[in-house]
Amino acid sequence: MSAILSLQKVSKSFGAIVIANDLDLSLGDGEALGMLGPNGAGKTSLFGIMTGTLPPNAGRVLLGDRDITGLSPPQRCRLGIARSFQVPQPFGGMTVFENLVVAAAFARGKRESEVYQAAAETLEECGLGDKSNRQAGSLTLLDRKRLELARALATRPRVLLLDEVAGGLSEAECEVLVVLIKRIRLSGVSIIWIEHIVHALLAVVDRIVVLAGGTFIADDKPEAAVKHPRVAEIYMGIPADE
Amino acid sequence: MTLAFARQIDGSRRMALLEVDRLDAFYGDFQALFGVSLAVEEGQIVSVIGANGAGKSTLLQSIAGLIKSSARMIVFDGVPIGAMRPPPLVLRGIASIPEGRRLFSSLSVKENLQVGGQIGRRGPWTLESVFELFPRLRERRDQRSTSLSGGEQQMVAIGRALMTNPRLLLCDELSLGLAPIIVREIFALLPKIVALGVAVVIVEQDIVQALAASKQVYCLQEGRVTLSGSPAQLTREAVKAAYFGV
Repeated sequence: MSAILSLQKVSKSFGAIVIANDLDLSLGDGEALGMLGPNGAGKTSLFGIMTGTLPPNAGRVLLGDRDITGLSPPQRCRLGIARSFQVPQPFGGMTVFENLVVAAAFARGKRESEVYQAAAETLEECGLGDKSNRQAGSLTLLDRKRLELARALATRPRVLLLDEVAGGLSEAECEVLVVLIKRIRLSGVSIIWIEHIVHALLAVVDRIVVLAGGTFIADDKPEAAVKHPRVAEIYMGIPADE
Repeated sequence: MTLAFARQIDGSRRMALLEVDRLDAFYGDFQALFGVSLAVEEGQIVSVIGANGAGKSTLLQSIAGLIKSSARMIVFDGVPIGAMRPPPLVLRGIASIPEGRRLFSSLSVKENLQVGGQIGRRGPWTLESVFELFPRLRERRDQRSTSLSGGEQQMVAIGRALMTNPRLLLCDELSLGLAPIIVREIFALLPKIVALGVAVVIVEQDIVQALAASKQVYCLQEGRVTLSGSPAQLTREAVKAAYFGV
């Protein structure tokens, strides 16, 4: 599997706190990768390094074979990297549909009128079709999470970075989201998913990496990664044999 | 279920610390709660469960004074508080851990915690005891709250609420963004917090954890209480039925 997104020897620290120490990561084309790690390990910061909001101290970010380390977040978005945020960040005063139009038009350099159809379709896919004209700020948590996904998808990404999309959802709602993410994945989008709801991750991803102390302390098939003794100890909080 | 009935099962006649009595809540013309009643005894952990949009956060916001109601619909420690705004309620001992953390972004971790302490209620919670609870925050006490990870920010939100030394702690998605090990630690700690004289209302999607920790559970569906009782009395089927309306 050729890599669509890679980190090469990336280092990043905030003062004494090291979140990446000579870190290598490669996301295969079409792969769904889960990322776990203790609070404050630097998972979300790695998304910042990938999307260009956070410069690494050293190392390179590649999209396919292209070095994108020096590119701005908008440039990377146009090349096909999209992300969602832990706390959904919609334009609260706009309607759901308008939120999608902004994402689709700006990310793809198109006129608004050219993206109406695609925006409507994406909303439908994400289960927001009947809420198109609702003000985004008035949505329930599940729908705000859906909108967060829909906006990222509206940019037509090749790589989708998901940051804790399942947190705060009930079991049934989480199941809805898992089905949606599986479908996105089947459409050919490569995914990195940071999530503490481990069972949701296990239902979707091919591989899990666990970030702690600036390195990946596990990089394995999902079930094996979660049972890794060090992961069980410092992340799951259960003895490995449980 | 009426309050009289709630007290009856509890076998006590005294007034609960918090009594919500036939509470209605509105957003403009939209009615979010319909005659919701619940009681929280001193030192009790009570869970409110239900799908998103069922009215759980609205209920917590009404108790915290963020949504106004009629004075008598919410009685805290014998005083009708339904029409009060949040500041006097915090002084009376009602603290919130709001959904989405809502930290003061221009302040450091320590300063955020001190905001909670500033209201001057006495009790066991101090900067020191919060740092003991979350050693991570001690390491990061002088950093801006926005420079913390999501999970660490959640720890600050919890610490800030505890710093008010509340008698009633309202938790909207306590575990959001926290690693499994921290969630376990917090739920393991809840009985100790309660033993210090705090009652807790938990809104939590992770119902397994919430039910295990609670004395009493209320299930909300479309703004109404559809089921309540002690978790031990409720079967998984009953919870499911009340949850999804099937």
